[in-house]
Amino acid sequence: MNKIAIIGAGPAGIEAAATLAAQQIEVDLYEQGERPLCNIRDKAFLFPNFAEAREVADRLTAKLDNPRIHLHANSDVDHLTESGDGRWIVNGETYDRVLITTGYRTFDAHRKEELGYGIYRGVHTSLEMEQMLREGKIVNANGDVPQRIAFLQCVGSRDEKTGNLYCSKLCCVTAVKQAIEVRKLIPDAEIFIFYMDLRMWGQHYEELYRQAQQEYGIRFVRGRISEAGGTYDGRVQIKSEDTLMGLPLKITTDLLVLMVGMEPSEGTRKLAEQCRICGDYGFAASADPHLDDNRTTHRGLYVAGACKRPMTLTDAVNDGRSAAVCLMGE
Amino acid sequence: MNKFGFQISRPRSINMDLSDDGRREQLLEEVPSYRLCIGCGGCTATCSAGQFTNFNIRRSHTALACNQTEGLAAQLDSCMLCGKCMLVCPRGVNLRGLIIRMRQMLGRV
Ligand code: SF4
Ligand code: SF4
Ligand code: SF4
Repeated sequence: MNKIAIIGAGPAGIEAAATLAAQQIEVDLYEQGERPLCNIRDKAFLFPNFAEAREVADRLTAKLDNPRIHLHANSDVDHLTESGDGRWIVNGETYDRVLITTGYRTFDAHRKEELGYGIYRGVHTSLEMEQMLREGKIVNANGDVPQRIAFLQCVGSRDEKTGNLYCSKLCCVTAVKQAIEVRKLIPDAEIFIFYMDLRMWGQHYEELYRQAQQEYGIRFVRGRISEAGGTYDGRVQIKSEDTLMGLPLKITTDLLVLMVGMEPSEGTRKLAEQCRICGDYGFAASADPHLDDNRTTHRGLYVAGACKRPMTLTDAVNDGRSAAVCLMGE
Repeated sequence: MNKFGFQISRPRSINMDLSDDGRREQLLEEVPSYRLCIGCGGCTATCSAGQFTNFNIRRSHTALACNQTEGLAAQLDSCMLCGKCMLVCPRGVNLRGLIIRMRQMLGRV
């Protein structure tokens, strides 16, 4: 059988490796970090059913427990090049087929300076909020329990100023999920979500939105936050417009949570460029987004998961499995 | 005529059936980036003039685009053309250009 390498041990990479190994195919799985699935292990609970992220990650990781899967942790893939005879060289090793599953990174909120991230202590990213939720303890800049929390959608997405015109697809439902979790931890807090559009496209997302209104008393404000400043006592002063009222709005909160979007990871950018499969915004491009979404324009080179575009865990897992099937058939 | 103490009320709804006078199309032609506006309110949120007067930049350009121009010219006078709104607009709308054109259309310049 041919030699196969998968680059990136996220949901897509792991599922692809497990699918191949189940068919008695040997796989080298490269992972730049120490452990697989760091993006999932970062989370507390997963939308829309509040499954425990670590438990899901453990179940996925267990699939690597197969003698045919050779996990190379701490192995950054610096060079992926064509060998000339239709094969691919990964860090000096030659493979017949290579699957890229290098995933995403979150938008660096420092780039939206007007929102005060890294300047005012009450401003956090959704990743940091996730960490607080994981620890079950939410605190404001002074270490107290916050009484008023605002979430802001579309940070680093749908924004010409950052060059990211696309919608990151997951932050809307993530904000609703996080707001509900915050409510469970702090029953009497005031919780606001500032949005431009709420994109509840997935199964049970819209119901989660309804629940947020009906059971959890989350308040939705239709307006973008233009700027945030700090107060002397560590709170955050926010300027927005209530576009439904047609009036400028200001509000002081204990925390402002920026829902940061998804961008191609460093690895995705680097490999897409090296292999000349650059898609939009540095993501990797497949051969055809409708009917050939795992092959690329190069023979023997495949792509799956969030290295192509923002994608949910479910979609990434399914896409990894689909890539494995595609790869086996050739 | 008005001796009964009542008069016919003018409808307050936006009547999309009445042909507009082409101002919206003219505005879009002259400031093409305005097509991209998603009504997010970022411009109004950041506008200093809007904090102290009844001028609301998002509402103003929306109003002109649906031909609701009553009182609009006077509201637009509050704009200082500082351009702050353009710094925050996520769609890159040329708001300053838009305001100048709106003023011209309403006979203010
Ligand atoms: S999913 Fe929602 S918050 Fe995220 S970019 Fe799209 S519209 Fe904005
Ligand atoms: S900030 Fe831009 S997109 Fe938002 S309402 Fe103003 S002009 Fe429209
Ligand atoms: S240019 Fe006019 S509308 Fe824009 S922020 Fe300045 S005063 Fe407000």
